[in-house]
Amino acid sequence: MNQVQTTNRSAEEFLKGLWKENPVFVAVLGMCPTLAVTNTAINSLAMGLATAFVLVFSSLLVSSFRKLIPKQVRITAFIIIIATFVTVVDFMLAAIVPQVHKELGAFIALIVVNCLILGRQEAFSSKNPVGLAMADALGMSAGFTFALLSIGSIREILGSGSLFNIPLFGSGFEPWVIMVLPPGGFFTLGFLLLFFNWLQKRRKAQMRATPSTVKP
Amino acid sequence: MQELIWIFVSALLINNFTLAYFLGICPFLGVSGRLDTAFRLGLANIFVMLITALCSWALNTYILPYAPYLRLISFIIVIASTVQLVEMAIKKISPELFRALGIFLPLITTNCAILGLALFATNKGYNLVEGLFFALGAGGGVTLALVLMAGIREEMKVLDIPKLVEGTALNLIIAGILSMAFMGFAGLFSAS
Amino acid sequence: MSETNIQEQPITETESEPGSGRLIATLGIAGFFSGLILVGVYLFTLPMIQANRAQALERAIYLVLPGSTSFKALALGNGSLVPAEEVPAEKGGEEPARIFAGYDKAGKLVGFAIPAEEPGFQDIIAGIFGYSSGQQAIIGFEVLDSKETPGLGDKIKKDAGFQGNFQALAVTPEIIAVKKGEKRAANEVEAITGATISSKAVVRLLQKGVEKWKPAIEAYIQAQNQ
Repeated sequence: MNQVQTTNRSAEEFLKGLWKENPVFVAVLGMCPTLAVTNTAINSLAMGLATAFVLVFSSLLVSSFRKLIPKQVRITAFIIIIATFVTVVDFMLAAIVPQVHKELGAFIALIVVNCLILGRQEAFSSKNPVGLAMADALGMSAGFTFALLSIGSIREILGSGSLFNIPLFGSGFEPWVIMVLPPGGFFTLGFLLLFFNWLQKRRKAQMRATPSTVKP
Repeated sequence: MQELIWIFVSALLINNFTLAYFLGICPFLGVSGRLDTAFRLGLANIFVMLITALCSWALNTYILPYAPYLRLISFIIVIASTVQLVEMAIKKISPELFRALGIFLPLITTNCAILGLALFATNKGYNLVEGLFFALGAGGGVTLALVLMAGIREEMKVLDIPKLVEGTALNLIIAGILSMAFMGFAGLFSAS
Repeated sequence: MSETNIQEQPITETESEPGSGRLIATLGIAGFFSGLILVGVYLFTLPMIQANRAQALERAIYLVLPGSTSFKALALGNGSLVPAEEVPAEKGGEEPARIFAGYDKAGKLVGFAIPAEEPGFQDIIAGIFGYSSGQQAIIGFEVLDSKETPGLGDKIKKDAGFQGNFQALAVTPEIIAVKKGEKRAANEVEAITGATISSKAVVRLLQKGVEKWKPAIEAYIQAQNQ
């Protein structure tokens, strides 16, 4: 019985990050990588996975040692842990996929100041057992990667007429170059946020409408 | 000299940190509601960036050649502590200046624009003077973006905007238009 | 912010303030393990990263010096070109600027691959070009890094017509950019329509690179022939 409950709770924490509290579309966290490297789907995916790696392992460590880290120095300790994993990712990417590393450049190192990661340590991992912290970190990572990938796909399809470097349209397609340039990042995220606002507003309106129809 | 001017103008306008590299977006969207606050935040940014340029140059020259794997950690820790030290010093020496900039300093020490400056300066292999010009340009660029955004948002307060659009979504779209305007600066320096 | 945190803390943490000794010890241990991991990963990945870099450099050199199969790195030491290993690193660990002499299968000198940088439309364009001292011409050009506008300025990388300019581009009297289809002399580069600034930046990059290295290269060849 208890087992089932924990599993449910974990599943809940995971799903929360993916949709209801999506770090990009709902909480609007980690803007800098979200906009800077999403000019192609591949870069977005690489950035999402790199961030996921750092988030998951940092959460694992922080929640394992949460009782040992004194409150007063917790932020410093979190930053040391996060910076370590970011450096590891930086070296690994440079060694294994130099092309991707060159494209992302300094933005891999900038994962360290992604407020999403420090925010999850402070708000969740440092207060919850390892299992839940993992579920939360995985959910947030999945949500973040999903958000980056959707922005990246939109920008690549419109801006270069391709997806994952595979041309989608014939040669007659004139790409909207602006979409792969910086303004395109702002516009894409702006319109996606607008869409999520609209979804939320509609859901609220439905919830208000449902009980009133049931009651009488 | 021409090199230094290029570095400065490039960071200020052509490759504006906020509008082309998306660095420091959080304060750009969060603290750009009022013009005078935005301006002061910008000044604080320039100030911290100059300190950052100094720190990262010192680290790059004297420590990191021997331990390249410490780059990220040392940047963060050294920049944060130096800013804190300078903050204390300012509090003591000039309470006036502290009142104007002080409250922003903790807010921006771990900002991506600050770390970004240190990383870009390192990647480009700038020396001390180049680094300082780069910091001035980048800080000026962030200030310019903040002030422009705040100016637009102050005007928007009296506009009748649909509830749905208000907030971050609209700010991002405005930022996109500003970013487009800044694209016009490209080629400014090489059109000879 | 700290006030709200205290309220959210679980009640189990009622222990008294930890001493500063414990705070320092915690950070010390964290730092120690972080250092351990970093050094480990660094030592593990370093050979791969260096191999990747060397491979990229090699590819670029062979591309701009057609026919070359081996190369030697050269740098300026005391005003003349010597093997790069003999030039000490500058203060701050900066490597001295290097150029690369490329040789074909028979060991004959093909030319020199010269890296150069120049501000372009958006940001610095970094490139490498092949220079043949015998022909007094540029025999190849490759963009290493640029942020030029996709679809316009970045044609300097991919556009076959533009790349065709650099098969035998004379460096005397001076490299100049001309309109597309109006190339008359061997020292003219056909600019890309819609990306004249990027094209001119490439021309400046080549011109400055040649001016910078030509005297040293000629002195080097003379010394080799004696």
